[in-house]
Amino acid sequence: MPEFKKPNALTDVPFHYCPGCTHGIVHRLVAEVIDEMGIEGETIGVCPVGCSVMAYDYFSCDMIEAAHGRAPAVATGVKRGNPDKFVFTYQGDGDLAAIGTAETVHAATRGENITVIFINNTTYGMTGGQMAPTTLPGQVTQTTPYGRNPDVEGFPVRVCEMVSTLSGVALAERVTVTDPANIRKAKAAIRKGFEFQKNKQGFSLIEVLSTCPTNWGLSPVEAIKWLKDNMVPYYPLGVFKEGAIR
Amino acid sequence: MERNLMKGNEALAEAAIRAGCKCFFGYPITPQTEISAYMAKRMPKVGGVFLQAESEIAAINMVYGCASSGVRCMTSSSSPGISLKSEGVSYMAGSDLPCVIVNVMRGGPGLGGIQPSQSDYWQATRALGHGDFQILVFAPSTVQEMADLMGRAFDEADKYRMPAMILADGLLGQMMEPVTFKVDEIQHHDASEKPWATNGHGNKRRHNIVNSLYLQAEELERLNFERFERYETVKKELHEAELYKTEDADIVVAAYGSVARLAKAAVDRAREAGIKAGLVRPVTLWPFPVQEVREACRNAKRVLCVEMSMGQMIDDVKLALDCRIPVEFYGRTGGVVPKPTAIFEQIKLLSEKEAE
Repeated sequence: MPEFKKPNALTDVPFHYCPGCTHGIVHRLVAEVIDEMGIEGETIGVCPVGCSVMAYDYFSCDMIEAAHGRAPAVATGVKRGNPDKFVFTYQGDGDLAAIGTAETVHAATRGENITVIFINNTTYGMTGGQMAPTTLPGQVTQTTPYGRNPDVEGFPVRVCEMVSTLSGVALAERVTVTDPANIRKAKAAIRKGFEFQKNKQGFSLIEVLSTCPTNWGLSPVEAIKWLKDNMVPYYPLGVFKEGAIR
Repeated sequence: MERNLMKGNEALAEAAIRAGCKCFFGYPITPQTEISAYMAKRMPKVGGVFLQAESEIAAINMVYGCASSGVRCMTSSSSPGISLKSEGVSYMAGSDLPCVIVNVMRGGPGLGGIQPSQSDYWQATRALGHGDFQILVFAPSTVQEMADLMGRAFDEADKYRMPAMILADGLLGQMMEPVTFKVDEIQHHDASEKPWATNGHGNKRRHNIVNSLYLQAEELERLNFERFERYETVKKELHEAELYKTEDADIVVAAYGSVARLAKAAVDRAREAGIKAGLVRPVTLWPFPVQEVREACRNAKRVLCVEMSMGQMIDDVKLALDCRIPVEFYGRTGGVVPKPTAIFEQIKLLSEKEAE
């Protein structure tokens, strides 16, 4: 019977995340994969600007804090200088799909051997809940107080669908962590991403549909339900592209 | 030592490779494209990396990541591209990361032009990004110096854990001159020299973190204090200028980079005309060679600052001299290169003013 304990790839620093936020689960899954592959000493993580800005304190591997949106470029620099090391980025929707769109798309199309963990919770959490590139039509945020109106604010970005059109991508998969079955699937997707990286087979992106109870104004349980009812229909779960590019 | 006839941009690129630069991240912009072209050709042959980024912003952030992992790396650009890099430079300064950034200056502001300029002096020495920080700034004046200062920039950047800039201009980048490289073979530097590097802890040490975020005001202040203490050391140890015929000079011309060459010709002409003229040419722009400028102007009655700008280094010349000697300015801008005859006329004018 395996003992339930904190993965080695996480430090003892307590998370600062709000109750019901799914960052904690995703951090743990990434750390479990690093532990299981035995690669903590060879891994460099890159954190974004956003709620996971302080993830450098939480992961036990070497960590770099990137400027807003630039994590895939920073990861590219690490990887090109150290092609045998493992490099992952951990980014939110504003970071990855708004200010960092160019860095994301170009790292993907170059087929950089990095793994991108993309947290999509339809909001800018750290700054208090503004409209994100993934905010759903009609969704109320601090900067869409009357609900996101596509005529004014445009449409949400479907990142997995977008990057799956690029030849450099080995894996584009959307998962969620709303229940144990989905958590297992999410972990398997993260593991796949790191395996593609290990074999130098191209860019991998795992999008995790996540909750932000604080800024959504919902309880943790209500937030999980809201995700399932509203996000999953717009952002269908599944594999959008899978296969080694080299 | 072999002498090679090379363009300034190419000499600089070759010197960087010999100094152990392993990765180059760039983005096309005139007038520095020869650097990228040279790197693209040469890097794969020597086991290095050349990567054309999707933007200047991406290029400097690739440098940020690569430098974090302890690898010698660089980027190059020209004025508008340097503005885009400023975010990354600020983060590198805030994370105490060494790297080299080349600015082959062109006319500005805005898209400006593609002819040579020195109008990014303020940007390089005062505010290459937000926040309290400085970077090392070297100003070559010949193709030989493009090569020599490149190697030095890497060493000093590593020594002080600071970004370093080679501030050149389109004239130096494009001109061909003979150059001799100080080292024949490619030097090797690896992350083992940098215990702070994030290149994988190998289960041998605690995790390293490269970061510039400090939410406690007192902690951020303390780190800024420490960084500025280091800057004081740099100021003491790293200041350089060339002094030319300044010992008895009544009129001292202050100029750097390619303009200093033109100023030197004007000084020679003034000497022929019986005017005691001299030249002080800062080689380091930050730290500014205060002592050397004072020494050069010891007997000067007037100082003439000549730049390809509306007058930027003149501030530092005045500060160095505590405004005790009148400092006049002559400059051309927008890509116009001042003629030695025009500089001579300015020297003559000052000499006549002084005689009155």
